[in-house]
Amino acid sequence: MEYNQLTTLETANDLGLRPEEFERIKEILGRTPNFTELSIFSVMWSEHCSYKNSITWLKTLPKDGPRMLAKAGEENAGMVDLGDGIACVFKIESHNHPSALEPYQGAATGVGGINRDIFTMGARPVAQLNSLRFGDINQERTKWLIKGIVKGIGDYGNAFGIPTVGGEVFFDDCYNVNPLVNAMSAGILEVGDMISATSFGVGNPVFIVGSATGKDGIHGAAFASKNITEDSVNDLPSVQVGDPFQEKLLLEASLEVIKTGAVIGMQDMGAAGIICSNAEMSAKGEHGMRIDLDKVPMRQPNMEPFEILLSESQERMLIVVEKGREAEVQVVFDKWDLNCIQIGEVTANGRLEYYVHDELVADVPADDLVLGGGAPVYEREYKEPAYFAENKKFNIEDITEPEDLKVAAMHLISHPNIASKRWVTEQYDSMVGAATITTNFPSDAALTSIKGTNKALALTIDCNSRYVYADPQKGCAIAVAEAARNITCAGGEPVAITNCLNFGNPYVPEVYWQFVSAIKGMSEACVKFETPVTGGNVSFYNQSTDDGPVFPTPAIGMLGVLDNVENRMSLDFKKAGDLIFLIGENKNDISSSEYLASFHKVSASPAPYFDLDEEYDMHQVVKQLILSKVIESAHDVADGGLYITLLESAMPRGLGFDIESDDEVRKDAFLFGEAQGRVLVSVKADKEEEFVELMATSEVEFSLLGTVSEGDLLVDGELFATVQESKEVFDNVLHHILGQA
Amino acid sequence: MKFGVVVFPGSNCDQDSVDVLGNILGQEVVKLWHKDHDLQQCDFIILPGGFSFGDYLRSGAIARFSPIMQEVIQFANKGGYVMGICNGFQILAEAGLVPGALLHNDHRKFNCKNIFLKPQTLDSLVTNQLGLNKALKIPVAHGEGNYFADADTLKMLNDQDQILFKYCDEAGNISLESNPNGSIQNIAGVCNKQRNVFGLMPHPERAADSLLGNQDGLGIFESILKTVDA
Repeated sequence: MEYNQLTTLETANDLGLRPEEFERIKEILGRTPNFTELSIFSVMWSEHCSYKNSITWLKTLPKDGPRMLAKAGEENAGMVDLGDGIACVFKIESHNHPSALEPYQGAATGVGGINRDIFTMGARPVAQLNSLRFGDINQERTKWLIKGIVKGIGDYGNAFGIPTVGGEVFFDDCYNVNPLVNAMSAGILEVGDMISATSFGVGNPVFIVGSATGKDGIHGAAFASKNITEDSVNDLPSVQVGDPFQEKLLLEASLEVIKTGAVIGMQDMGAAGIICSNAEMSAKGEHGMRIDLDKVPMRQPNMEPFEILLSESQERMLIVVEKGREAEVQVVFDKWDLNCIQIGEVTANGRLEYYVHDELVADVPADDLVLGGGAPVYEREYKEPAYFAENKKFNIEDITEPEDLKVAAMHLISHPNIASKRWVTEQYDSMVGAATITTNFPSDAALTSIKGTNKALALTIDCNSRYVYADPQKGCAIAVAEAARNITCAGGEPVAITNCLNFGNPYVPEVYWQFVSAIKGMSEACVKFETPVTGGNVSFYNQSTDDGPVFPTPAIGMLGVLDNVENRMSLDFKKAGDLIFLIGENKNDISSSEYLASFHKVSASPAPYFDLDEEYDMHQVVKQLILSKVIESAHDVADGGLYITLLESAMPRGLGFDIESDDEVRKDAFLFGEAQGRVLVSVKADKEEEFVELMATSEVEFSLLGTVSEGDLLVDGELFATVQESKEVFDNVLHHILGQA
Repeated sequence: MKFGVVVFPGSNCDQDSVDVLGNILGQEVVKLWHKDHDLQQCDFIILPGGFSFGDYLRSGAIARFSPIMQEVIQFANKGGYVMGICNGFQILAEAGLVPGALLHNDHRKFNCKNIFLKPQTLDSLVTNQLGLNKALKIPVAHGEGNYFADADTLKMLNDQDQILFKYCDEAGNISLESNPNGSIQNIAGVCNKQRNVFGLMPHPERAADSLLGNQDGLGIFESILKTVDA
């Protein structure tokens, strides 16, 4: 279709727009849009850019807090005050759909995109994390996806030169067709040095910098807003190609150009490319732009205007510069051998006017394209799914306790969800920057020292999506609580979260109910922990036509801070003879545990025990224990239950444990249940009194489990295994399945 | 003593080396831009880790042609001290300043973890303060660290005591299992015949700060200072 040809409802439909949206566009323009203009609306009003099906509920999340410097929706990423003039910018984003089709490039460009969101604000990225969900690891396609995605993340992040310090990997059949790839990045800057994604000042020049524009990723944002089907392979050009070397140069040049003081505003080009950055910056600055598309450096000839506008070619930035200071900007990009081309200028009228060889090819109002402006907002209907009530009927007494719990223990250690993820994590450079404290001090959250200060960042991503599926509201509150627990156990103070909301098709009422319920649970927990939501990303349509939606997966990326890095805490037992205590209570609960799901193969059960107030109180006492230097280690009880927690604390130094079970609960629930609100700590014998005294100042339950042993894993005097044999299995599960190469 | 750390486009361990030399060891240290021809009277040049020019061809194959490298090569040929770490080692090998080559890891994956190193000689500027029996815990982070040299070169390396480090286990045993990348004879680092150019794949600069709980890499830098200052 010719770019200037007038469009019809049929074309609108082909571009993913709804009939009422097409009508609205005609109303806004006062005429029928041409193909270029309609393409602009189709990407800007896609779920990916407009949040049209989610914003109503996202607005209910708590986003205020004393540390907030840039709140959700205000900038490319949230920014929080860490004190002493230091701020942190952090965000998580999904790249699920591209990774399902082209795992290597899909995942790589996800890493590139999230990092640009950080440094476009003037922050230097210091740590990356990721959350990955795959289907059955024994399927050949899953293995292909894992290998491609992990290599994609590694190759991009490693060359970019920022350490990947943490994350999670989870397997379940629900992700067979549609894996989830969520990438998170955190950066540091000085308060006051932030650059905004804005544009103003009539006549100020608009520059495009970085890579040339090609035909890759066109309609990528619209593609992300569809179900994955057999025809998705036809969308392959929607997947972008990454170049981490260009990204590294762009990082250095961007931070350098900000220092000139000549920059008015800057935004990276990710989803929906030039058009999105033009629209969002102009709407924010309440100005317009005149852009000459023929001036954009192009990678190939004969690109149509809509292709130039929508291209999601990576490693590009849009910069608005103070008029008269162009040369200062140019010299920086020349130094780094990057393109820096003026493609237009700021105008007064609030419109985006696109020209090709001085011919006007598209003319649209900026504000009507963006969230908070004219982009549509929908209230979707939702309905509790039938399975929810079914899950509640679960009774632990219907599950026969195995005669030999050692078999169940070995099953869990050998399970890909529990076993070491080193096959994955060792492919990431986790140490570049020489600031990763947790390399040699393993902790529940990753700790990154902030150079030049005594502070450290504590970072984690958490979401047990099996819990969220079982009970979205409680499950999502648990995800927040687990993140806060991990930060706390590492010695940090929870500060704020970013979320990556991976759900199925929002037009399915049962799916939308999962979304609404999860948001409610997240709100409750974020209010309790005083961790505002600083932004993130919504990814709907994570389902296939055959298998239905994936588990609702609201991944919670939490940022914490340690004002004094000396207050860090590690998870490993330090010495045989130290006492092992459980803080929190044993429960007769195996609901939604890995043990119930994969050993007994029972999938219908509620979320595990969880009480938000108890959880919060427990965290406060753990903080006191760490600050008072009473404990030697702290490790939260999570996937796999207490037995796995004990093993994980024992393995780093080749130690073991000798514990007694609790008569009040079933032994399988004691060992493998995943009731929330529990932390395992070890205490030197001569500090026992001090520990007990401190615990007595709170209402939080605790119990003595036993002692750290030289290497035998003993429960009620029965040898379950030695630490050496357990570690040998634990460390090599993924290697056996995926191979050495 | 004045150190210069070369910054290629794509270098990403340059600042880590500067921090160790400047902040931890209190040395004078400057960054040298790859487009320059001026070594700024430095006494010791470091080629840092990273992905120079993206390493899309062969690691280090393009960086060796950078303007500054012409000066580094001249400097080295006149006996000036040069050390390449990781990508820096790859660049030195490409430039022919140290013998051998760095191939893709035998398992074909990038690999980042703590490994153990055993110094093979004390007769070098970078190892003289180390012991021959203690295994040093130092991180590796590379996809192309599989050291290779032909039989004649290996004989020369051994005969002339040019092997600086070998991969070993925690107890110091040089074994197949402790070799992280397939390097021939477990070789992790070598020097040239004149013993003024040094290359190693592991990252001692990542094991120098007490905050990170591992200072096994500091001895390598201290060796340099001890000898040169003396």
